[in-house]
Amino acid sequence: MQNNTRRKNEILLTLPSMGWLVIFFVIPTILVIAMAFRNSDPYGGIGDQWTFDTIRDLRNPNYPSIIWRTLWLSVVSTIICIVTAIPASYYISRISKKFQDIILLLIIVPFWINFLIRIFAWKVFLHPEGLFKQVLVALHIASPDTLLLYNPEAVLVVIVYSYLPFALLPIYAAAEKFDFHLMEAAYDLGANRFQAFMRVYIPGIRMGLLTAIIVVFIPALGSYVIPDIVGGPSSEMIGNKIAQRTFIDRNLPHASALSALLTFAVLLPAAIALTRKFFKEKNSTSIGI
Amino acid sequence: MNDFLIFDGISKSFGNHKVLDNISLAVKKGEIFSFLGPSGCGKTTLLRICAGFEEPDSGRVILNGVDITKLSPNRRQVNTVFQNYALFPNLNVFENIAFGLRISGVKESLLKEEVSKFLELIQLTDHAAKMPDKLSGGQKQRVAIARALINKPNVLLLDEPLAALDLKLRQRMLVDLDNIHDEVGITFLYVTHDQSEAMSLSDNIAVINEGIVEQVGTPPQIYEAPRTSFVAAFIGDTNFFEGDVIEVDEPYSKLHIDGFTDVLVYNDKNIKNGDKVYISIRPEKFTLSIEKPELSEKYNFVKGKVEEIIYLGYHTKYWVRVNEFLVETKRLHDRYMLDEKMITWGDEIWLSWHADYCYMLEQYNYEDEALLTLPDEEIMAELESEAADEE
Repeated sequence: MQNNTRRKNEILLTLPSMGWLVIFFVIPTILVIAMAFRNSDPYGGIGDQWTFDTIRDLRNPNYPSIIWRTLWLSVVSTIICIVTAIPASYYISRISKKFQDIILLLIIVPFWINFLIRIFAWKVFLHPEGLFKQVLVALHIASPDTLLLYNPEAVLVVIVYSYLPFALLPIYAAAEKFDFHLMEAAYDLGANRFQAFMRVYIPGIRMGLLTAIIVVFIPALGSYVIPDIVGGPSSEMIGNKIAQRTFIDRNLPHASALSALLTFAVLLPAAIALTRKFFKEKNSTSIGI
Repeated sequence: MNDFLIFDGISKSFGNHKVLDNISLAVKKGEIFSFLGPSGCGKTTLLRICAGFEEPDSGRVILNGVDITKLSPNRRQVNTVFQNYALFPNLNVFENIAFGLRISGVKESLLKEEVSKFLELIQLTDHAAKMPDKLSGGQKQRVAIARALINKPNVLLLDEPLAALDLKLRQRMLVDLDNIHDEVGITFLYVTHDQSEAMSLSDNIAVINEGIVEQVGTPPQIYEAPRTSFVAAFIGDTNFFEGDVIEVDEPYSKLHIDGFTDVLVYNDKNIKNGDKVYISIRPEKFTLSIEKPELSEKYNFVKGKVEEIIYLGYHTKYWVRVNEFLVETKRLHDRYMLDEKMITWGDEIWLSWHADYCYMLEQYNYEDEALLTLPDEEIMAELESEAADEE
């Protein structure tokens, strides 16, 4: 009986967020996917026929290289963010509480400045006439005609800059809860610093790592503003193509098809991971040593 | 030399706070050696120095003839059972125990065999696949012990291993620990603030207070012949008296204790007439009687008035007022014989005790008197614990 009311309360409390997600997330996603199977009309609207032509149009010879660039930029930037955030989180969670708060504040402070302005600041910074370039040239590290801007590397740097805090915060949150006595236990049992780090610390913060990977990889995959501002035509990502199809070509079904592709690219690994986890849990109950 | 583990002049400060002050101790091979002291006395720091988690400011740690002071924890032949167990939450019982062997790269077949052996030792074979958070406190404790022992350490360090367990479980684990020690024969270094744990388990105890070793000895030595007022007051209950020597003799000398009585005292110290000495008499050494008992001249007698009684089941505590002295005494049963009158509040009674039971202290510190139990304190503590239980 009591269990029943609890269950009821649970459902009641979940309802608002569920409703929100369904109305503003699930339904639009389904609409976008559905739109990918419509034809376009020449006035920028959506045709009234169901067709596979829009999907077929995705075999644009330009796309494979853009998709490939999108993938490697996202993967590499995620790896850089995570690999940088892990040791950082370790040291932040070991220092005194006062300094932890200061460092966290410093991580969050840039968010008070508008995202676009921050990205634009990078453009100024990396610009051929910009400070960074001038310093590099003065130090004879770069030649005057090196271009720091408008290439995939610039996009990578700015993606890492933008998403590093999102990697740092969940990993720090996990590290802060981590029981550092476990490291001592590992040393005590003969592990050196590296072994203890890999076998005890990394598994100890794995939930934070997982969150960090998701919150960096997915937005990186959908990057649009960053390649638009600091990348050039040679460093377009899928997000730019979607925007281009929407605003310039006014071909909404085609943009939808690209978006659907992106959605599945994200959902597929997640679905695989979830099913694997499900089967693993099912099996682990019967594993004997 | 059969001193196996030697602490040689260890000092350690954290900031301005001196935690350990020139500590020298010697532990024999195969014994259970306890560091006993109140919290903050430095005993855990000393253990951590032995494990390698802290480096002493000065002094050496010598294990089996080798100076290990500067050796990193993973290179020492010592393993620790942590106070909060520190089991790896992502590994099951089997893998927790196997951790040390996996690190040292032991072959899979040998590893399985060894882990099974230790699972059997701690009687958790059926729980091998369980994750630590599915275990009870006592089981976690046993896994922590097996995980440490499987590496065949020269010394097993136990940091308040029973502190997180409830009383009944603690008593069972004490027996288990003793059995495991008998089985493996490894030297145990046991840190505790609980005198009964240290007394029941140890071959030798070092009583530590404020970074200084107050006394090293077997449990009976520590209890019966405390060297300092701290040891006397920290381990068990006691009564302190300050007296002037009026008669020196062997084996008994006589003290005059102002406002109490002249007391015949066992004399094992170098004293002379007129010396001021401090003695400790344990509460259970007193015999209580309504009439003055007929006993030999080796007994001391004093008459007092019962001021407070606390009934504790198997024994009863009486606080008896003799002038400004409030003497704590203990009696195993409320009455010894059925025809005997029960002692009650306000009764005038006789205390008698043998001269052997007065023990002269080498060092006396007035602050240690705060460690003595007083009747009202005890009542307060009881009320507090009742209030805590209700919460």
